[in-house]
Amino acid sequence: MVSATETRNAPIEGKVISVNGPIVKAVGLTGVKMFDIAEVGPDGLIGEVIRLLGPVALIQVYEDNTGLKPGDKVISEGRPLSVLLGPGLIANIYDGIQRPLVGISEQCGSYIEKGVKLSALDVQKQWTFTPSAKPGDEVAEGQIIGEIEETPLVVHRVLIPPGVFGRLEDIVETGPRTIEDVIYTVQTKTGLYEGKLAGYWPVRVARPVRSKKKPFIPLMTGQRIIDTFFPIARGGTAAIPGGFGTGKTMTQHALAKWCNADIIIYIGCGERGNEMTDVLTEFPKLVDERNGRPLIERTVMIANTSNMPVPAREVSIYTGVTIAEFYRDMGYSVAVMADSTSRWAEALRELSSRLGDMPAEEGFPPYLATRLAEFYERAGLVETLSGAAGDISIIGAVSPPGGDFSEPVTQHTSRFVRCFWALDKTLADARHYPSISWVDSYTEYLNDIEGWWRELDEQWLAIRNEVMNILLEDHRLQQLVKLVGADALPMFQQFTLHVAEMIKNAFLQQNSFDPIDKYCSPEKQLKLLKVILALYERGGVLVKAGLTLKDITDLPSLSEMVRLKSEIPNNETNRIDEYRERLLGELESLKEQVLGV
Amino acid sequence: MCCEIEYTNIGGISGPLVFVEGVRGVGLGEIVEIRDGKSLRIGQTLEVDEDRAVVQVFEGTSGLAVKGMRVSFVGRSLEIPVDRAMLGRVFDGLGRPSDGYPQVVTNRRMNVNGLPVNPWSREYPRDFIQTGISAIDGMNTLIRGQKLPIFSGSGMPHNLIAAQIARQAMILSEEEEFTVIFAAMGVKFDVARFFIDSLEESGVLTHSAIFLSLADAPSIERLITPKVALTLAEHLAFDEGMHVLVILTDMTNYCESLRELSSSRGEIPSRKGYPGYLYSDLASIYERAGRLKGFDGSITQMPILTMPSDDISHPVPDLTGYITEGQIVLERELFNKGIYPPIAGLPSLSRLMKDGIGEGRTRTDHAQVAAQLFASYAKVKRIRSLAAIVGEEELSDLDKIYLEFGNSFEEEFLSQGENENRTIEETLEKGWRMLSILPQEELYRVRREDIDRYYIPSSDGGD
Ligand SMILES: Nc1ncnc2c1ncn2[C@@H]1O[C@H](COP(=O)(O)OP(=O)(O)OP(=O)(O)O)[C@@H](O)[C@H]1O
Ligand SMILES: [Mg+2]
Repeated sequence: MVSATETRNAPIEGKVISVNGPIVKAVGLTGVKMFDIAEVGPDGLIGEVIRLLGPVALIQVYEDNTGLKPGDKVISEGRPLSVLLGPGLIANIYDGIQRPLVGISEQCGSYIEKGVKLSALDVQKQWTFTPSAKPGDEVAEGQIIGEIEETPLVVHRVLIPPGVFGRLEDIVETGPRTIEDVIYTVQTKTGLYEGKLAGYWPVRVARPVRSKKKPFIPLMTGQRIIDTFFPIARGGTAAIPGGFGTGKTMTQHALAKWCNADIIIYIGCGERGNEMTDVLTEFPKLVDERNGRPLIERTVMIANTSNMPVPAREVSIYTGVTIAEFYRDMGYSVAVMADSTSRWAEALRELSSRLGDMPAEEGFPPYLATRLAEFYERAGLVETLSGAAGDISIIGAVSPPGGDFSEPVTQHTSRFVRCFWALDKTLADARHYPSISWVDSYTEYLNDIEGWWRELDEQWLAIRNEVMNILLEDHRLQQLVKLVGADALPMFQQFTLHVAEMIKNAFLQQNSFDPIDKYCSPEKQLKLLKVILALYERGGVLVKAGLTLKDITDLPSLSEMVRLKSEIPNNETNRIDEYRERLLGELESLKEQVLGV
Repeated sequence: MCCEIEYTNIGGISGPLVFVEGVRGVGLGEIVEIRDGKSLRIGQTLEVDEDRAVVQVFEGTSGLAVKGMRVSFVGRSLEIPVDRAMLGRVFDGLGRPSDGYPQVVTNRRMNVNGLPVNPWSREYPRDFIQTGISAIDGMNTLIRGQKLPIFSGSGMPHNLIAAQIARQAMILSEEEEFTVIFAAMGVKFDVARFFIDSLEESGVLTHSAIFLSLADAPSIERLITPKVALTLAEHLAFDEGMHVLVILTDMTNYCESLRELSSSRGEIPSRKGYPGYLYSDLASIYERAGRLKGFDGSITQMPILTMPSDDISHPVPDLTGYITEGQIVLERELFNKGIYPPIAGLPSLSRLMKDGIGEGRTRTDHAQVAAQLFASYAKVKRIRSLAAIVGEEELSDLDKIYLEFGNSFEEEFLSQGENENRTIEETLEKGWRMLSILPQEELYRVRREDIDRYYIPSSDGGD
């Protein structure tokens, strides 16, 4: 069992016999285990044992290893590749193997040099720990025994680590503590356990929970097409596949900013450096409307950009999700954004090909699907070891080559996620953002989370479905329009096309850069839907009674509809009701005019 | 480094690779010198075992024989001297002078592979570069420190456009030091000549450095050329505080060389025979652009690539688009219509535009005008394909107005002279003139106050 007190084994020393890119073969590491860390060469580069073949250990090196030679020494302490979990993770930015990028820049300037050894957490920082248990208490794994204010937004709950049970012998009083101080001791069956504020956990092992539950609360994102049409539940999984420039990163950023999770883990996996810089510069300035605090105070960033060592990219998503589990275990709702899981899969492909594995589809190793499944399986709504509820939602971007969704990563991912937000190149080209296709996307959470929306409006699902049907009808009619033009269709169908156009422009399209439109509250979403339905239902009656599309489009208030989303803020949604009344009034008088004639 | 050992036991030669046997203590990525008779070639180790090294020879292996070759290992990675005195000079693809003048004297040398920039140390690029080209400034704004490639096709005027950008962007920033680094990979001499002449005409050749690995140079050399060019760029930008524009042409040739190398190593290919690590390899080049906290300079990259059979989903443009911060796509249809620059209205994109434009940078209505032009032009494309089926006469009146807008947009907004340098105000003015062809109600991406201010109501009726 892994615990805060590390068991340090005597180091074993071996030597390098060959170097092929980041894969190193070494001999002499007697007793080394799979996934143990190895320090390679004179710079002590961090590596992980990924295969054992008789006397030869294959080590994947997580840093640039140019200059490494056969004969160089390799040292292993028999400890698995792990993440350091404790207070101070929030607002921090790490590379794929959890080295602090701020610390690295202080030590070596603008570029990442190799062989830098820094603690992931500040060992000097004094945290004010307040105990909530007392000596003599019987304690069990996962139990909360005290807390720290990690940021003004996050109360960091200190838990008894998994595997530790017994009687609390001793616990410190309220006061400043560092992560290295012994905070409490537990008399266990096997001896005295010394508890600290931080401890290691192996990245490739999921942290234990009591049980998994069925998600039922929507993760509100403030993005209309997601919340209304393709919602994800807290504890759910979603994929965002799309070709380059279709809006994966922007969607991830929008969710990281506005979704109502307690903690955000943002993993930049093999993507652009500037996108991480964007998060780093924007999040401290952006304020969470619910509590008035900067968004950075709930965010942990993992940045292993495309030009950083490829093997560390493979680990980065595990590093991220392990940190997510740590906060989930405290009873939080955590959202993990992984941009992009395709780069992770490619890292897997590159390493497996250097290992000489037999490839399956498109050069990817046969275990790609298993690894993807394992990753998404770490999401979920759970009962934690302490009996509290906590959840992890995972939202993974997928970057299919040539934008073709039939490729292996998209295909396998779609088997393991329950929400699929398919980005559409044509929409993106027309600058219709978010370019999430309402035809190709799907969600399996609709029924699970309907209960939550019912609180707002009994009719929510019916309204949502009716609007969706207009869009699908439009999609069907567009095939005809392509052949004969819209004017050749019957008037009611022309009217349907017009309403669908309105749904696209006044509802689906949402500009992330607009100060008002960037976040849309559930109430506002619902009211906008009702405006559209009012037009469709009342207007439809008139069209069926013989009015033309032009009679309707000439209504004075109609051209305002597309501007409601960006002109009416979330706290003035009664103005949407007023607009709806006005529109209904105009439709009513139109009806009187017609019937009067 | 003293007395280097020379190895003569060659296990084989395959493509650009030489297998050297019996070597001891050689590191990964080390520079290798290969002598046969008088000639000296440079290479690099790709793989090292206890007694064998796989060496990639930059000048290619043509003419090398297993017997008579002497190989020595230098003990470090490839480095080049860097100095501002390299401006105004011409170098070969490995960074050696090729203009007949001697090597620049400096004691500053840098490893051509560079190091990854710490994302924490980057400064988000926000400064607008006026290129004087409406399609770029108005709709796909270039930002200082951006990596913005041109996706072209054979025969299209990507070189003209790149040269026009280099010329016009430099004129504007006279207060600051601006330089151009031009790296040619596998292109013909006349392309290089064209750039050199164009830089000379505008008087900026003396602030430029040229690296040429032309079509007749060994293909493997091209793999080093962009790295060498970017190494000098990094020195000029972050040691000397200059704003550097790096033009890399043609990245498709670069990728083909990489494919060649990969296949001679017997690696498992990914799409179209390109290696699985093409994305990471390209990223190691393209990510060497940007700005750094605490430094004045910047590296703006403009890679040029030709899309084989104009196919944007080909691995080279595809993976490039996944790394760069947008793309300028040239369109055959516009080109055939005689429109210069034939910059495609829809697939082109600048991702850094959003933070570099607007109030205090360009103009408050800029983002909305661009969004509206994109949206309206997308509609034009839909109507055109409908018109192709039902005939133009059958279109509704509104659709006909859209077609008129589409034509004016292409002929007046996109189209401009090779030496025509428009200010951003002129570009936006033109944009509004185009939008004013459409009825006001169609303009839902622009703000009402901007309509009141800039929309030109038509005199002859209309809405
Ligand atoms: N919701 C949005 N609102 C406004 N603009 C958007 C939105 N989504 C995307 N965009 C625009 O599209 C551009 C590309 O989006 P983004 O960077 O998210 O693409 P991507 O799918 O992540 O591409 P890649 O795979 O290359 O990383 C952005 O720079 C922005 O200009
Ligand atoms: Mg992206």
